[in-house]
Amino acid sequence: MSERERSQRERGARRAGRPAAPRGGAGTGRAPAAPSEERALTGGSAGTTVRHALGRIGFYTFVAVVTAFFALPMLWLVAAPFDATPGLTPSIPDFTMRNFRTLRDNPYALASLRNSILLALGTAALALLCGALAAYSLSRVRIPGRDVLLYLLLLLSSIVTGTAAMVPIFLLMFQLDLIDSRAGVVLVLTGGLLPAAIFILKDFMDSMPRSYEESARVFGASPLQILRDVVVPVTRPGLATIAVWAVVNVWGNFLIPFILLLNPDKQPAAVVMRTFYTEGGQPNLALISTFSLVFSIPVVAMYLFVNRRYGFRFHGGIKA
Amino acid sequence: MAASTSPPPESALPAPPESPAALVSQSAATVVDVAGLGRSRATAFVAPALALIAVFLVFPAIWTLYLGITDYRLTGRSARAPEIVGLDNYTSALSDPRFGNALWLTLLFVFGSAIVGQTVLGFTLAWTLRTAGGWVRGLVETLVLLAWILPSSVVAFLWIALLDRDDGTLNTLLGTGGTAWLVEHPMASIIVFNTWRGTAFSLLLFGAALGTVPPSQLETARMAGASVLAQLRDVVFPHIRGHVLTNTLLISLWTFNDFTPYLITAGGPNRGSEILPVYVYNVAIFDGQLGYGSAISLLMLLVNLVIALFYLRLLRERRS
Repeated sequence: MSERERSQRERGARRAGRPAAPRGGAGTGRAPAAPSEERALTGGSAGTTVRHALGRIGFYTFVAVVTAFFALPMLWLVAAPFDATPGLTPSIPDFTMRNFRTLRDNPYALASLRNSILLALGTAALALLCGALAAYSLSRVRIPGRDVLLYLLLLLSSIVTGTAAMVPIFLLMFQLDLIDSRAGVVLVLTGGLLPAAIFILKDFMDSMPRSYEESARVFGASPLQILRDVVVPVTRPGLATIAVWAVVNVWGNFLIPFILLLNPDKQPAAVVMRTFYTEGGQPNLALISTFSLVFSIPVVAMYLFVNRRYGFRFHGGIKA
Repeated sequence: MAASTSPPPESALPAPPESPAALVSQSAATVVDVAGLGRSRATAFVAPALALIAVFLVFPAIWTLYLGITDYRLTGRSARAPEIVGLDNYTSALSDPRFGNALWLTLLFVFGSAIVGQTVLGFTLAWTLRTAGGWVRGLVETLVLLAWILPSSVVAFLWIALLDRDDGTLNTLLGTGGTAWLVEHPMASIIVFNTWRGTAFSLLLFGAALGTVPPSQLETARMAGASVLAQLRDVVFPHIRGHVLTNTLLISLWTFNDFTPYLITAGGPNRGSEILPVYVYNVAIFDGQLGYGSAISLLMLLVNLVIALFYLRLLRERRS
């Protein structure tokens, strides 16, 4: 027991109108505190209350420290964009919206956000299209070795990360003459996301009752019609999950577009953002802060959407 | 349940922001081709996805086997006609102190920020918040999750601003003006940064895991006078052992493949924070030594493979 804890205990006992246990010598260890401890266990109210109060104080101190740790870096993001004279330390802003004009006037800022949208939507669309088709036939038709295949793909997609495979990916795109091509970036990103997309979508399609398709077939619908008019509407939550997941992944991805797109006109916001603070002289804080905010809002909004709609724990949330 | 189908892993391994929640697939034995797809159409549906995965995910990984034994360069003679150099790349990597430095820093980074930082902070938060009231829990969880979902380029600048030498928030608060944290303590900076960045996953996972501990057992332990540490060791840990391992393996894998520190320190100063992902980028893409970089890439892929195999084995054990 620490010295501090012991003195707190004694203080508590004193407050309860009872003489504190005598302070033991160096060698007595826990002995002096034992009576109050015993009281606490046998339902003595004083010890329990004190311990409870100390617990609350400790709890709120911990929560305050953690809150400060997590909030501190983010304060700048909410204060600086509206500050007439943004510095690196966040302060109560001298409110202005003028900083957003800097953002509008920068030739690269808006173009890069448009590139981010193109990459994100392109990847989400391609992953959704290929992933849904594959997941549907894997769910409904018995292809030999299907489970092993899925398992291997999932394993591979977690091993072959953009970081570990950046060299061969770069060389491959170099050889295919797809450096500086946004379509090339979409293809690479889609390849990386597809295994997990197929896996999750197949799960949704497995849980869809087969009777829907059977009755559609009785009425003479073709497989493609069934897919479009029955399967897609029923599995919409799964499709939305994958779409949001893909968009969020691509939106924040730095490395792949960083190594594959060299022309600043084609680079997405994640890459252009870095050049705002690494290239040349004093960084333009009005530009960086507003750009950061505008660039962050979509992911936060999508997170809130998914969270409200399905709960953040995607899979359990939807299936339950 | 049909014993013939091999079970899919419980969680989709790759990339946050995915939840670790169970992906329990239905028995596949009941699969009938209800939509009348037929085997040929089913194959056609699967083909585009498999082609994308094969070209942009599987091929690059396998290609490193060949590239790693060549002297491929971005420019010059060996760009046009690369020669086979055998294991030279591997032997020179092992004797290169810069590679050794990168390996050591990576270990430090993974151990400090993932295995210690995120796990301990995530678990402590999940444990203390499990009984906390609505708004406290909501506030802390929102902040922790925000740190996780904001784009990496944005959080990188937030931390550069926080740790700035002249008017960073940290120096202002601590009164340590003039301390250039990113220059004097680059590794400590990115370790704390990554703890801040990634704790959300551990918090979510342990939050779910603690729900599986029977409250009656905890209550009994408390009545018997067990200290909090004893409760955690003897009651909680046996229930969540699997979650702890899952968490450790996944966040180690992600941290090992994290490129974000590049955005903060770019490996500097003087290679003081050049972890493996940054090292590969600097050597292969920046300096153009693609053959040598491929050899390092292959080593990274192997490390990922080992971690992923451990994870799969763990899942299979928990299932049986």
